[in-house]
Amino acid sequence: MHLDATDLAALIGLCRAEIDRHGEHLSALDSAIGDGDHGANMRRGLEAVFAERDAIAALPLPAALERIGLVLVMNIGGAAGPLYGTLLMELGRGLGIADTPEAFAATLEHAIAAVARRGRSGPGDKTLLDVLYPVQAEVVRRSAPGRIAACARSAAHSTEAMQARRGRASFLGPRSIGHEDPGASSCALLTAAICGYFEEHRPS
Amino acid sequence: MNARAAQPASPSSANVGIVIVSHSPLVAKGAADMVRQMVGDCVPLAWTGGNAEGGLGTHVAGIAAAIEAAWSEAGVAVFVDLGGAETNSEMAVERLDPARAARVAICNAPLVEGAVVAAAEASGGSSLAKVVATAEELAP
Repeated sequence: MHLDATDLAALIGLCRAEIDRHGEHLSALDSAIGDGDHGANMRRGLEAVFAERDAIAALPLPAALERIGLVLVMNIGGAAGPLYGTLLMELGRGLGIADTPEAFAATLEHAIAAVARRGRSGPGDKTLLDVLYPVQAEVVRRSAPGRIAACARSAAHSTEAMQARRGRASFLGPRSIGHEDPGASSCALLTAAICGYFEEHRPS
Repeated sequence: MNARAAQPASPSSANVGIVIVSHSPLVAKGAADMVRQMVGDCVPLAWTGGNAEGGLGTHVAGIAAAIEAAWSEAGVAVFVDLGGAETNSEMAVERLDPARAARVAICNAPLVEGAVVAAAEASGGSSLAKVVATAEELAP
């Protein structure tokens, strides 16, 4: 991963715009099976990152990711803050060690495992992990960005059929089936936005 | 105002402190009132509820401030309501100095009953481990 400050600032802007564009939809998904604030929480988090994008983009990538994670933790709140924050902070910590594609895949795997521990959840629980695991598998395969984005979208969609086992949605039991998980949805949006940038800027 | 030290730093901080974290400031304050009614001023106590904008939710900075406000060298027992309150509390604890973090426990206990029982135990000078164990006996 060789991202320069321009790439980082652009990616932050893209992620913020994507969440802003879909904020109402994310909250609507959350209203169906949760507390209805996922869109607002994610917007608050991404706005905070966007507000300091220049300072963040000037940092080396590992430190930048750690900083983004911390800003997300401090600003998203809700259940998503610690999950996205853990993902980014662990990615940053891991990437400090090596920067080959293999090392990135291993770091991503480690970071996703940390998210799973934080949320005490695993595959099939109807959470953002149900997007992260398949995305990780595509990264290991060195798939093209477009393929990874498509995988993220279809993985988010597949949470619709799942019964929630974690978070407030789990209180609904079988009634949680039939609704896409808002965390999985925001995770797919962000993954697709990031992949879209790589597709355009560094064809692989 | 969605966070408050329920009392100023007091000389009685030899006792374990109690922190109450709810998505709702009204719930957090109400639980703190019940704790205070039980133990008076002899236990450091703080509450936080709501997100940074004053809506329902929890946030790391508010929780960190509450832990600071209820700090005791004997440790702090934290009581939380729903999922995000717990994970945000974990993040707040992990961001503390490790020596301090080791003296904060997030309890697996009902918010109101756990906090009241824990405060009663703490008011007798019990250790953090004993305070937590007493509260967690209430866990379903």
